[in-house]
Amino acid sequence: MSAQDVRRALSRIAHEILERNHGTEGLALVGMRTRGLPLARRLAARIQEFEGQLVPVGALDIGLYRDDVGLRARPVVHSSDIPFSVEGRNVVLVDDVLFTGRSTRAALDALTDYGRPKTVQLAVLIDRGHRELPIRADYVGKNVPTALGEEIQVRLEEVDGEDEVLILGR
Amino acid sequence: MTIQTQTITKHPSLVDGSRRHVLDLDDFSMEEIELVMATTDAMREVLNRDIKKVPTLRGKVIVTLFYEASTRTRVSFEEAGKLLSADVINVSSTGSSVEKGETILNTVRTLQATGADLIATRHPHSGAPYFMARNLERTSVVNGGDGWHAHPSQGLLDLFTIRRHRGSVQGAKVAIIGDILHSRVARSNLWGLTKAGARVILCAPPTLLPQEFQDGSYKDGPLGAVDVTFNVEEAVQDADVVMPLRLQLERQQAGLLPTLREYSKMYGIDERRLKRAKPNALVMHPGPMNEGIEISPQVAHGAQSLVEEQVHNGVAVRMALLYLLIGSRQASVP
Repeated sequence: MSAQDVRRALSRIAHEILERNHGTEGLALVGMRTRGLPLARRLAARIQEFEGQLVPVGALDIGLYRDDVGLRARPVVHSSDIPFSVEGRNVVLVDDVLFTGRSTRAALDALTDYGRPKTVQLAVLIDRGHRELPIRADYVGKNVPTALGEEIQVRLEEVDGEDEVLILGR
Repeated sequence: MTIQTQTITKHPSLVDGSRRHVLDLDDFSMEEIELVMATTDAMREVLNRDIKKVPTLRGKVIVTLFYEASTRTRVSFEEAGKLLSADVINVSSTGSSVEKGETILNTVRTLQATGADLIATRHPHSGAPYFMARNLERTSVVNGGDGWHAHPSQGLLDLFTIRRHRGSVQGAKVAIIGDILHSRVARSNLWGLTKAGARVILCAPPTLLPQEFQDGSYKDGPLGAVDVTFNVEEAVQDADVVMPLRLQLERQQAGLLPTLREYSKMYGIDERRLKRAKPNALVMHPGPMNEGIEISPQVAHGAQSLVEEQVHNGVAVRMALLYLLIGSRQASVP
């Protein structure tokens, strides 16, 4: 996926979010660290372009909520920062890749510790399949069927210096 | 010809999960300190939530084993464990088998056998937590204060507090004033602050200053930028951080001080003396405070005082230590 493809996909998702939620009223975006956060910020910028409304953006770190604590190396935890009440809001969780669904599960746990959102929706840039939990995305940039051994690498300008999505074989 | 392979004994570190115990800051690398600071930031956010609880240490057992009185340290270890969803059990020397004369060795081995993942401990004898750590194969030990020797979590929370207000500890002038001789807080802070690049100035009456600082022999040791003075005005002058220590009142009986009144007059931090420090100098105290002796009530509760924030940050620092020590299986395997 090129930088152009990423840009177009995000524009479409921004439109879809607005369509589904009938505008920006009660809407909030929460980016999952690390790469979900810049994606959430870009979606918010796109939404502001389209509607002229500012949608609050929060950051969520799921390090403290993982279900694989003890199974692999301990993740470095970063700070979450949700500067608004999620109570009664339509919250769109934003992540770069949807894979097993375990990160999303952890994010749902983390998010509900901040209150009770009206709805939680999921937006991802890439859905690569191989779900291990009953979780699906509401907004998908691109469905990329992959083999389990392959690796999807999302690179974003804010983090990696450029926009691109690569499939790495093993 | 056979080549002799040399085993390189790697220093245990929190960064790769190989450290099992936190006993003092002397063996902490700067990388580990940075990791603790970053993790503490995340924990502080949890601590400030409406629902301050995360499931991270579910199924882990933490025992606080305190052989000496404590409010803030014991409570903050307990709270830290509970906010991370660990089960926390408190054991004190009264009301336990310690009263029946059980040895430290048998007590901690019993706690390990019950399944404790981590023991946070305080003991009046320097070195006791080291002895515990040496004799435990599965359980981590965190030193919550041993004798005059060390109080690493206090050192870390002081570093964290200074960084939060100054951005960095590098180059800060930190004046530690008072009973240095009997202070484990001063000792751990000396390690932490000098590693982080602070300029520390120690100030005490000669009877309350360790020998190596009186004769200058500490300069041959591993400590970085440390100065010593007997003059409190000189110590406080242009300081970024002013840290009076608790005067341990029993010292007067030992003949180390003429009177408390004289000590207060010579070394107490009041508003007049604080004015010599930088305008926004931070006032810190490890507590409990003797107001009117080493610190005046106006300074203790004044605008520059961070005493309560230190306690708050102390919970977050201890959450970080618990998470970094027993938050993964890797960490509990030696």
